[in-house]
Amino acid sequence: MKKLINEPDAVVREALEGVEAAHGDRVRVTYDPYVVVRADAPVQGKVGIISGGGSGHEPMHGGFVGPGMLDAACPGEVFTSPTPDQMLEATKAVDGGAGVLHIVKNYTGDVLNFEMAADLAKGEGIDVEAVVTNDDVAVQDSLYTAGRRGVGITVIAEKICGAAAEEGRSLAEVAEVCRKVNGQGRSMGMALTPCVTPGSGEPSFELGEDEMEIGIGIHGEPGRFREPIGSAAQVVERLATAIVEDLPFESGDKVLAFVNGMGGTPLIELYIVYRELNNFLSERGITIERRLIGDYITSLEMAGCSITLLKLDDELTRLWDAPADTPALRVG
Amino acid sequence: MSITATTVRDWISAYAAVIAENRAELVKLDSAIGDGDHGTNMDRGMRKAVEKLEAVEGDDIGALLKAVGMALVSSVGGAAGPLYGTLFLQMGSASAGKEELDLAGWTEALEAGVKGVQARGKAEPGDKTMIDALTPALEALGSAAKDGADLGDALRRSADAAGEGMRATIPLEARKGRASYLGPRSVDHQDPGATSSHLLLEAAASTFE
Repeated sequence: MKKLINEPDAVVREALEGVEAAHGDRVRVTYDPYVVVRADAPVQGKVGIISGGGSGHEPMHGGFVGPGMLDAACPGEVFTSPTPDQMLEATKAVDGGAGVLHIVKNYTGDVLNFEMAADLAKGEGIDVEAVVTNDDVAVQDSLYTAGRRGVGITVIAEKICGAAAEEGRSLAEVAEVCRKVNGQGRSMGMALTPCVTPGSGEPSFELGEDEMEIGIGIHGEPGRFREPIGSAAQVVERLATAIVEDLPFESGDKVLAFVNGMGGTPLIELYIVYRELNNFLSERGITIERRLIGDYITSLEMAGCSITLLKLDDELTRLWDAPADTPALRVG
Repeated sequence: MSITATTVRDWISAYAAVIAENRAELVKLDSAIGDGDHGTNMDRGMRKAVEKLEAVEGDDIGALLKAVGMALVSSVGGAAGPLYGTLFLQMGSASAGKEELDLAGWTEALEAGVKGVQARGKAEPGDKTMIDALTPALEALGSAAKDGADLGDALRRSADAAGEGMRATIPLEARKGRASYLGPRSVDHQDPGATSSHLLLEAAASTFE
């Protein structure tokens, strides 16, 4: 394993110190516990929005802290959910009197820790609503699994809810927007290579030179299906078919298309994926009205991509277009 | 013979040591069907728990167990943090103010802990989780009491039952946690959470011996 690090145990702390050094004008970082907070938080009268999750998915979530998006992010250890004390600190730091929305990806650890944090925050008199994202169509949503994972739509939800909060909407209204985005969004991902966590130093799974994993999550866990590697067109067909059939997305729909790199895929390949996705959707009469292309929710150095589609309406399009000024995503 | 505050302190130290010893093994089990962080996270949490315990004075078993629970909640992360944290916090509530636990007291505490874990994680026996080790361990305490076994014998039978429960997770298909995403591919792997739970009860039995 080769990594640009100093100490495996210091990866999260040292990366946060780098974030603080680079973006100290926009965010402040606390280290005990780890929280990245918007520099001007709490914004009086505005609903606060926090999210959090394991590290290793950068720029999510810390890179999305700033006006128009998140008020705070709680980074856990690599691929490990943060803890309730972090979320409680973040919640207190961003509460401007209008309550705080927790955006939680549906992973058991994240959900359980955020539940404990919400109990603690309510105990301190802060209004908290939590919305759990679960857009990954690779996982069957049944009683027999932990349910669909929260993946790409989380980035989109953080942007759109951030805009709704800046408009001065109430906690209930911002939470409703979040549920709407999650309800109208679907994702699926694939990997060409596993990733290596700094702690283990080992690949998260074994994959042959001529194989790919379809239906991966974002923590280096194996996918749902292992298949011989295909062309970009075949991969997009595989992912986009599952996504489109699930919601379903239909002829006449307008969508936001998000082609996300998993961390180790060059932009030139992501644009090929976008080309194929654009062809795939236009053949079905689905129009891409907005798009996002790049590495936004990653899995360390994993090569691969995920596709997220969000069905747009006037409200969601307007909120997507509203200004955001964060280290990793700027709009307007 | 009963469980005292000293037994509890020794148990937690012994568990921390056994987790450190088995850290790589737990990582390996978790890499197969989860995300490979269980050993690392539990090791970090138990080191913190031992550190916190040293700062707690007195012989109130409830206070000791609660300190362990809080340390785990704030340092483990993942699903294991809230679940093991809840186990110890509930055990602590059930034994609040007590300086000694007999078999009935220990059973009552563990039962409260296991109920708490189930309420938090919503797992049933057979879902391939830590519940598959904890539930048989709890049942074994009950049958040991009926047989008139002494505390040491009951703890041994409870640890053995947890071991059987742990091994019984191998053929199961996971229905909770990250392993459930694998569906049938989770079969033929021993559950890491059941493994760390077995180690916990094994540490209790050997500490008491």
